[in-house]
Amino acid sequence: MNWANKFEVFWNSICQENFQQLILKGLFNTLLIAVMGLIIGIIVGTLLAICKVAPKYKLGIRILDKLATAYIAIFRGTPIVVQLLLAYYVLLPALGIKGVDPLVVGIIVFGLNSAAYVAEIMRGGLNSVDPGQMEAGRALGLSYKTTMIKIVIPQAIKNILPTLGNEFITLIKETSVVSFITVVDLYTAFNTIGTNTYSVVVPYIVMALIYIVLIVIITVLVKLMEKGLAKSDRSN
Amino acid sequence: MIEVINLVKEFDNLNVLNGVDLTIKDGEKIAIIGPSGCGKSTFLRCLNCLEDPTSGQIIVDGVDIADMNVDINIQRQKIGMVFQQFNLFNNKTILENITLAPVLLKKATKEEATKKAYELLEAIGLKDKADVYPSTLSGGQKQRVAIVRALAMEPKVLLFDEPTSALDPEMVKEVLDLIKEVANKNITMIIVTHEMGFAKEVADTVCFMDQGKIIEKGTPTEVFDHPKNARLVSFLSKVL
Ligand SMILES: Nc1ncnc2c1ncn2[C@@H]1O[C@H](COP(=O)(O)OP(=O)(O)O)[C@@H](O)[C@H]1O
Ligand SMILES: [Mg+2]
Repeated sequence: MNWANKFEVFWNSICQENFQQLILKGLFNTLLIAVMGLIIGIIVGTLLAICKVAPKYKLGIRILDKLATAYIAIFRGTPIVVQLLLAYYVLLPALGIKGVDPLVVGIIVFGLNSAAYVAEIMRGGLNSVDPGQMEAGRALGLSYKTTMIKIVIPQAIKNILPTLGNEFITLIKETSVVSFITVVDLYTAFNTIGTNTYSVVVPYIVMALIYIVLIVIITVLVKLMEKGLAKSDRSN
Repeated sequence: MIEVINLVKEFDNLNVLNGVDLTIKDGEKIAIIGPSGCGKSTFLRCLNCLEDPTSGQIIVDGVDIADMNVDINIQRQKIGMVFQQFNLFNNKTILENITLAPVLLKKATKEEATKKAYELLEAIGLKDKADVYPSTLSGGQKQRVAIVRALAMEPKVLLFDEPTSALDPEMVKEVLDLIKEVANKNITMIIVTHEMGFAKEVADTVCFMDQGKIIEKGTPTEVFDHPKNARLVSFLSKVL
């Protein structure tokens, strides 16, 4: 069987079985997990990073700092597949929670996992902002929290945007393991087509191409965003 | 009135302030001079608790702001600060730099704060810069905006930490002129400076600091023309 034939079999299978629905669903889930995961990751990761950079006068902050360090160590120290399996097949049953959409579990686990990585990125970003910015805010009478939110975090995010873009790309690639907890993603979709046509060669190649196209598009978008920011701010 | 009583500041094991006493009257203009590293910045930063004093009291209108139980954010609204490195908010336009704190701290509505910011910018000839970001301004322009930003909070006290040290020489005058103008208002001013001519002109009282203490204090004439302390004499011989 030559390549043209193989592709024809693949294409016919899609048309006959309406597999495009499955592919779109897989693509949608992949993107949803990556986008939602990154949003959760940025929010939780920023909170973790603040626990680490906040001045350690108060006992409460010192405890939060230790907890943040433990959190980061745990999530970075175990593979994401293990975290997914534990969450879905061990933690949820142990807590007696039933009927949760595995997609939601995937989003939360990817979000919490990403938070550990974003925390380290964000910590670097926060430290890269001139301490004079915080001092100026405090000297005007603004609180630590207000100055953080209005002045320091926006500048930190701008500094780490390229790195966050990379984190997003990593997330997209890693989502391919959510099929372990029965979520339909790109892998599930193309694997089903492969089973249906008794050959995974074309489906897997097409799947790889879709990932590459996705990632090229995101890389370009991140670059454009960086340029836009550089124009609007020109800081130093 | 500000009363500083036996102010001590240590960093780890380094004694930077060794018991500073100073009484500052309302509206008084004080210049602080002294060799580099003698603790001038640390003293100034203690006055708004950017550094927490190790011991001693700083009584501002009856409230000891060195007391950790005082709400320092409220006290700081009365005490503005101008930094050597300007520290304008990089992610905010010039207008936002000026209006941010008054609006967030509910000292003015957004409209009031904006109107006032334009007036202040007009007065320093930078009205056309309202919507640009700080990085497009020259050092002198940045520092004048920083002064105006502090003024927008209508502070009773203004602290200046070597406000012209980071400037190119040709920009020093525009900033000093603005500070002199501000000095005509009834604001208490404490200025750390190495511009002796300026200190002489603007200050009611000049304090000479050395090794973490104020070791001589008097009118500009007393301090500059009739110095008593040997270390002050030697310092002046180097800088004048
Ligand atoms: N945050 C700090 N940590 C440790 N040492 C400091 C800190 N800030 C200032 N110092 C030290 O305190 C001394 C006085 O500094 P400073 O008040 O900046 O002097 P000045 O402004 O008179 O030049 C210097 O020896 C300086 O190294
Ligand atoms: Mg200094």
